[in-house]
Amino acid sequence: MTTATTGPAADRTAAKAGKPKPATMAQALQRAMRDAMAEDPTVHVMGEDVGTLGGVFRVTDGLAKEFGEDRCTDTPLAEAGILGAAVGMAMYGLRPVVEMQFDAFAYPAFEQLISHVAKMRNRTRGAMPMPIVIRVPYGGGIGGVEHHSDSSEAYYTATPGLHVVTPATVEDAYGLLRAAIASDDPVVFLEPKRLYWSKSDWSPEAPTPVEPIGKAVVRRRGTGATLITYGPSVPVCLEAAEAAQAEGWDLEVVDLRSLVPFDDETVCASVRRTGRAVVVHESAGFGGPGAEIAARVTERCFHHLEAPVLRVAGFDIPYPPPMLERHHLPGVDRVLDAVARLQWEAGS
Amino acid sequence: MDSLQQRSSTVQEPPGAVPAYRPTPPPAWQPRTDPAPLLPETEPLRVLGTDAVADADPALLLRLYAELVRGRRYNTQATALTKQGRLAVYPSTTGQEASEIAAALALEDRDWLFPSYRDTLAAVARGLDPVQALTLLRGDWHTGYDPREHRIAPLCTPLATQLPHAVGLAHAARLKGDDVVALAMVGDGGTSEGDFHEALNFAAVWQAPVVFLVQNNGFAISVPLAKQTAAPSLAHKAVGYGMPGRLVDGNDAVAVHQVLTEAVARARRGGGPTLVEAITYRIDAHTNADDATRYRAAGEVETWRAHDPILILERELTERGLLDEDGKRAAAEAAETMAADLRERMNADPVLDPMDLFSHVYAEQTAQLREQAAQLRAELEAEGEA
Ligand SMILES: Cc1ncc(C[n+]2csc(CCOP(=O)(O)OP(=O)(O)O)c2C)c(N)n1
Repeated sequence: MTTATTGPAADRTAAKAGKPKPATMAQALQRAMRDAMAEDPTVHVMGEDVGTLGGVFRVTDGLAKEFGEDRCTDTPLAEAGILGAAVGMAMYGLRPVVEMQFDAFAYPAFEQLISHVAKMRNRTRGAMPMPIVIRVPYGGGIGGVEHHSDSSEAYYTATPGLHVVTPATVEDAYGLLRAAIASDDPVVFLEPKRLYWSKSDWSPEAPTPVEPIGKAVVRRRGTGATLITYGPSVPVCLEAAEAAQAEGWDLEVVDLRSLVPFDDETVCASVRRTGRAVVVHESAGFGGPGAEIAARVTERCFHHLEAPVLRVAGFDIPYPPPMLERHHLPGVDRVLDAVARLQWEAGS
Repeated sequence: MDSLQQRSSTVQEPPGAVPAYRPTPPPAWQPRTDPAPLLPETEPLRVLGTDAVADADPALLLRLYAELVRGRRYNTQATALTKQGRLAVYPSTTGQEASEIAAALALEDRDWLFPSYRDTLAAVARGLDPVQALTLLRGDWHTGYDPREHRIAPLCTPLATQLPHAVGLAHAARLKGDDVVALAMVGDGGTSEGDFHEALNFAAVWQAPVVFLVQNNGFAISVPLAKQTAAPSLAHKAVGYGMPGRLVDGNDAVAVHQVLTEAVARARRGGGPTLVEAITYRIDAHTNADDATRYRAAGEVETWRAHDPILILERELTERGLLDEDGKRAAAEAAETMAADLRERMNADPVLDPMDLFSHVYAEQTAQLREQAAQLRAELEAEGEA
């Protein structure tokens, strides 16, 4: 677990024991790009403010200094231009890693993403792959003003041709980003902003082995029900599972890590064990990833289910102003309410 | 070669003569007849400190001064509120007050303003309540005012996306026979976005009554202008679309007011759009979340402080005997009164109703939203009982 060992006190204890200083998710992401750039000269990072400033979240900190401005480039302020140029660069053999500064500022690039990035392999019968990573800080909970908190994953997952992944731990941030950069297909890499400063004892000297994209992981074992979740909602579900323990519910938590491709195997194995499932995410519920996941689980595990698959999601509203966001974001209580509703009896 | 000879014989060139190549435009080409010179001035236009200032109306000079002093105080107060946690964020316009305010004051009441997220001061200069102008940045509601009432579009966060709106509104007003002008503001960085180009092109093709004001404050967050454009100036961009470009010293309130007034008048009489670039500087960091020392040297900031918009206007007014210590004090006191009021009202917690989350998603609430509202109401009641 990422968050259990954080805090200044934990930092000091770690330092005393001679252990590595805890790293943040932002640092692990930086390290992943750094290592990939060092290994492969075709990897290029670009976007708004990624160079001198190191990105508004400092995720690209130091890359321009180490690799030069041609490898880590401050572009003009134009998302369509950034991604469109990345398409051309990929056509010529480079592996661009582009940063969209915030979730809602990626929208000007959608034409390039949907019409070209996602379709180029298919249009060219495999002749022209698009090994592009599109890094998008996403989601709410940091008190950002409007257009700074969208959970845009449904738009991406609805577009065939894109991989869509999102880490929830510092370790996964490194491993998944390495895998994304190594992928010969375009990857939309969603970075949960409110986890950027989460820490763990992850050491850049002994990085986590890079798993291929598409594998979910069981973060907590349990027998009573499965919470299926990803990204910023993973810590929420782990906390809910701890709280549920007191009420006699032993919950399993599955962190999807990858929305596309979807790991039916891990998810269904868990649901078959527990017989109950709740999908948790903060983007709008209607037409959101939870709808797809609930349908898949129902199709595959119908005979094992003791209750309908439930969803806990953000409301179906434009992202609210920061002073009201806590009422919108699915928190521990809403997850626990759903778990209580899983004591469903046929006909009730 | 044969075919060439054959062809020349058909136009009956004298035998043996080399046919002269006379390039002519393709048949469909029509020369543009717009008499307006499109190229911007070679140097940013200045009025303060030049002979031209003698023509300026003293009343206007004093009004600009009072508004600039008030604007500066607004900036320092809002920045202080950020430090106290009363605002989620505040993009300061300290150093840019002249272009913010003088531009807004060039509009008539019936005109419209399309501000970017940084242009709170322009909105306030039009008469918007200082607190209403801050709700976006405080985080209690996205837009704290009725755009139609004030003829100010919502402060726009996604860069340059408000510019096509300004074109559409101005076009619609003209179709309706109203002599309304739209002023659309954008930063230097925003001029790189596709929406900027599309808006300029639409405006020129439709001859829409729009004025585009680019406030070139040197940086888009950390990226300097040289990495944003290779054009000789941002005002030069106008030429390619077929509209005049104007270049003005953005710290010279009188020059900005003059150029904007001309551009607005031109738009109003059917002369079409203008692109104005105001050269100015952002003295503070991008926002409180930004560390400006990472990308710019302190010396650069100091140079610009010497060219402070309030300083240069004050000097002019003092030299002309229009402003004395009493006058300065009066302006400062008026600004202080505004700041005290702003502080007091911002220090009161806004009263928020979480049920508002569902209020304005659609004209009529859907069954789905009614259900979710009921869920939230139950949660809030349970919270209240606990
Ligand atoms: C479409 C879009 N992309 C990125 C951003 C993030 N962003 C906010 S302000 C800013 C810099 C804007 O610079 P400029 O246009 O020069 O205006 P200034 O802030 O200097 O007034 C950026 C990149 C945004 N708001 N919208």
